[in-house]
Amino acid sequence: MNLKELIPQKLKEKFPSVEFELTDYRDELTIKFDKKSVVEICTFLKSDSDLEFSWCSDVTAIDWATRKNRFTVVYNIFSMKHNFRLRLKADVDESDCTIDTVTSIWKSANWQERETYDMYGIKFTNHPDLRRMYMPEEFEYHPLRKDFPLMGIPGSLPLPKK
Amino acid sequence: MEQLEKETDPKILKALLASREDYTLEDALENEMILNMGPQHPATHGVLRLLLRLDGERIIGCVPELGYLHRGYEKMAENMSYYEYIPHTDRLDYISPMANNVAWVLAVEKLAGIEAPKRAQYIRMMIAELARIASHLVQIGSFAMDVGALTVFLWTLREREKILDIWDILCGARFTNSYTRIGGVANDAQPEALAKVKWFIDQFEPNLAEVEQLLNTNKIFIERVDGVGAISKEDAISLAFCGPNLRACGVEFDLRRNVPYLCYDEIDFKIPTYTEGDCLARYFLRLDECRESAKIVRQVLEKMPQGPVHADMPKQVLPQKDEIYTKMEELIHDFMIVNFGINPPVGEIYHAIEGSKGELGFYLVSKGEGHPWKCKIRSPSFNNIQSLPKLVIGHLISDVVAIIGSIDPIMGEADK
Repeated sequence: MNLKELIPQKLKEKFPSVEFELTDYRDELTIKFDKKSVVEICTFLKSDSDLEFSWCSDVTAIDWATRKNRFTVVYNIFSMKHNFRLRLKADVDESDCTIDTVTSIWKSANWQERETYDMYGIKFTNHPDLRRMYMPEEFEYHPLRKDFPLMGIPGSLPLPKK
Repeated sequence: MEQLEKETDPKILKALLASREDYTLEDALENEMILNMGPQHPATHGVLRLLLRLDGERIIGCVPELGYLHRGYEKMAENMSYYEYIPHTDRLDYISPMANNVAWVLAVEKLAGIEAPKRAQYIRMMIAELARIASHLVQIGSFAMDVGALTVFLWTLREREKILDIWDILCGARFTNSYTRIGGVANDAQPEALAKVKWFIDQFEPNLAEVEQLLNTNKIFIERVDGVGAISKEDAISLAFCGPNLRACGVEFDLRRNVPYLCYDEIDFKIPTYTEGDCLARYFLRLDECRESAKIVRQVLEKMPQGPVHADMPKQVLPQKDEIYTKMEELIHDFMIVNFGINPPVGEIYHAIEGSKGELGFYLVSKGEGHPWKCKIRSPSFNNIQSLPKLVIGHLISDVVAIIGSIDPIMGEADK
């Protein structure tokens, strides 16, 4: 059976209460769901013996700036068994800017989530070591948000301590 | 102690002591030492900072700190057109800029639905493989230099110099090439460039064998790297180790074979793998990959078809200079593309190539405008450095130098 049909079917069987939104664009499957169930779904996708998404290639986010759910967290996972790439998405609103971490499932998500936190300010709950990845710890802003100007904010980067 | 707390962020120190909850910094400093390595250190290959917690000379904790070369390339991509961004990809992995160019244009072409002509795809394959050879040569040389074999560095850089000369003929630049264009390449590969590539490939293998001879019979080198920094297959996959580093752990995974792009499915090549997962395996693997790449380039030269190197899509592909100066239509298209961009349809794609360090991918979200709404660079070095603490714990300080060299991080790419 084609994986593009198999994955949604399996997910619907396993999680009947979760709503899944499927997109297939340029031969790439994207599955969108509620952020509350992210850990269960990721655990299932990794551990199911027919799928085995054992490789978390990337975690990032999109800032939609004006939309109601301002951010979308994007997981880019890959199954080495089937050579199939899958994109998972979960909306995060600015008023409750948190999502559960998937570090316990894929160790590589550790730094990838730290980078997303640094750039977008999305807090990953239960993350073992949520520090900024690139910017200094005392920096107040999140540079990849759309309201952060391209030129930066003067004075926002403090000079090194003497 | 005070000095350390003043200069280092408390959260980093906390991460360094993470192995034991009740342990404080004072306890740690009783019998241990905290050593700061980098960001300016000859062995860290750029500006990577490592905080090492030492018991005697043995490492019991390691926290890498990134961001010293963070230039905000993802933010910049959101504010410039797809064409304008090509030169910026050169500065990501500055050891193999050609491969980055190829990765970027392939992602944009997938987003916009453009297909480059066959000859352009073959040229792209050729330059991507030569870039891989150049990158691996730098890695082998600097890795050997890190553990004390200085001569090899000169020998491998001499070979790399010849590849830079090929770039010079091909596109007029030696280091930051920006050779590819959306829908093709900047200009057709001249016969003299192809002849030089052929000459290079013919003399490359004996020269590589000489380099190998220098190192493989060097007892000091082998003993410094054998069994150092080993990682298991499961850990490597879980930590998203990629590229040659992953294949040295026994995972036969290569995007050129597993998810073919360009014309790699028409080429016959092997994917070398080793099972040890240590520094020595990573070194052997890169040597083997150099040979395989040379094989690919040779086949590409034989199979390269004649024909155009630009897709015939005037609304999206920049016209040639001589046409702009002589034809009205082309002038209009050039003006529109340069000023307003190519406006790919609304959608999002991810495209990755097997770069010299691993999976180099671009995730692009388009809102139908001339510039991307979001561009995420999936850089292999970033994910490779993540495994560094796992690799160095239990080894000596002198091994850290070898391990960093063997996983080949490029900070331009890791920090973006």
